[in-house]
Amino acid sequence: MDTTVTTGTEESVWGGGNRPLNASYGKMMMWFFIVSDALTFSGFLVSYGFSRFKFIETWPIADEVFTHVPFFHGNYPMYYVAFMTFILIMSSVTMVLAVDAGHKMKKNTVIWYMFATIIGGAIFVGSQAWEWATFIKGDYGAIETKGGRILQFVNAETGERAALRDFSTALPEDRIKHESNAGIWYQKDGYKTSFSLNEVIEGFKASPNILIRTETINEEGEKTLLNRQESLAKLKDASLVVEGANLIRNEYGSRLFADFFFFITGFHGFHVFSGVLINIIIFFNIILGTYERRGHYEMVEKVGLYWHFVDLVWVFVFTFFYLV
Amino acid sequence: MAHEHKLEIFRGLVKFKSNIQKIWGVLVFLTIVTAVEVGLGITKPEFLTKNYFIGMKLLNWIFIILTLVKAYYIAWDFMHLRDEKSALRRAIVWTPIFLICYLIFILLFEADYIYNVFKDGFLAWDF
Repeated sequence: MDTTVTTGTEESVWGGGNRPLNASYGKMMMWFFIVSDALTFSGFLVSYGFSRFKFIETWPIADEVFTHVPFFHGNYPMYYVAFMTFILIMSSVTMVLAVDAGHKMKKNTVIWYMFATIIGGAIFVGSQAWEWATFIKGDYGAIETKGGRILQFVNAETGERAALRDFSTALPEDRIKHESNAGIWYQKDGYKTSFSLNEVIEGFKASPNILIRTETINEEGEKTLLNRQESLAKLKDASLVVEGANLIRNEYGSRLFADFFFFITGFHGFHVFSGVLINIIIFFNIILGTYERRGHYEMVEKVGLYWHFVDLVWVFVFTFFYLV
Repeated sequence: MAHEHKLEIFRGLVKFKSNIQKIWGVLVFLTIVTAVEVGLGITKPEFLTKNYFIGMKLLNWIFIILTLVKAYYIAWDFMHLRDEKSALRRAIVWTPIFLICYLIFILLFEADYIYNVFKDGFLAWDF
């Protein structure tokens, strides 16, 4: 680019004088990075596909997992993710507008558009944090069987999911806490669920309107609902109560689902986060007039490429995690 | 730096007057596509979930095709690949596409094989 060394070799091909494919060095390197990062992300998404195809009959249904919208109660599948997608596309738009204003050397316009881009990115990262928190917390709770399968509960009258708190009975029992002085020092207490396994089982036996839903997807594309006898028989395999999700077990179904969710959206969220940081650095550089003095706003264009790439990845994550 | 922009989208069907107008036009288009995706995802029309094409529901085909459409417009207009030299564009686009198709083919076939082993093999895994 124009900022590189200006010696006599300027015009010769091997002296760095010309620009291959009419792209400057920095832009070309940004494209190199983007292509390799695209391959990294596709590796993740395809391995998600691998696990999903492997357990195609029992994979969780995304609309039943992501049903929450902040400040609203009720069942709103996908609305919030759609909102997040829109925010990210919108911040991509302000970024292109910043690049466009940069071409015209309008410093103040670039500043405002960069500011809007940073705000959009921050809203997205915040939304993702909220999404994670909701996912980790869980909402209905479930039972895990000895075979590691998840059993969820459904109210037979309404046909809606039943939470553990809806039917579990409190029993007069104490939970023995694992403490390092009385147990094995390298083991932790583990996480405490609001009900013990016994309380859930007793509560289930006492409420005839609760049925069990297994992970298996039936021909209608819904999870299989057992009748009362089958449910009671299935409950004999119960081994522990699961609430929410972590890397080891999750109440939504296949454990791999939570693992991939944390890994892929986490990796993407980290990209957005670092994108916001880079945008902030560039933002201050613009204010300081660095690019005005340099004579061109190509730096904005380069971070712009990165920012659009993050948006591009999200489009795919959105499809493969939430839609398909 | 080259500042010229190609202002046509949809193969020249829509032509914008300025680059800024084109950006907003693409935003409108991407928003519509996302809205259609979300709408289909919530309603799940039966004729799309009941019918299959090469082992996949029509609905999922629609989602994937719409995603690729969105990716195209993000790359072409936001990342202004449309204004780059075609050799650069081809190097950027076809290299990953080739590698990713290969990866998808291998991993999904393998996964389907493992699924069949779990299903038909004489081995209990849900005990």
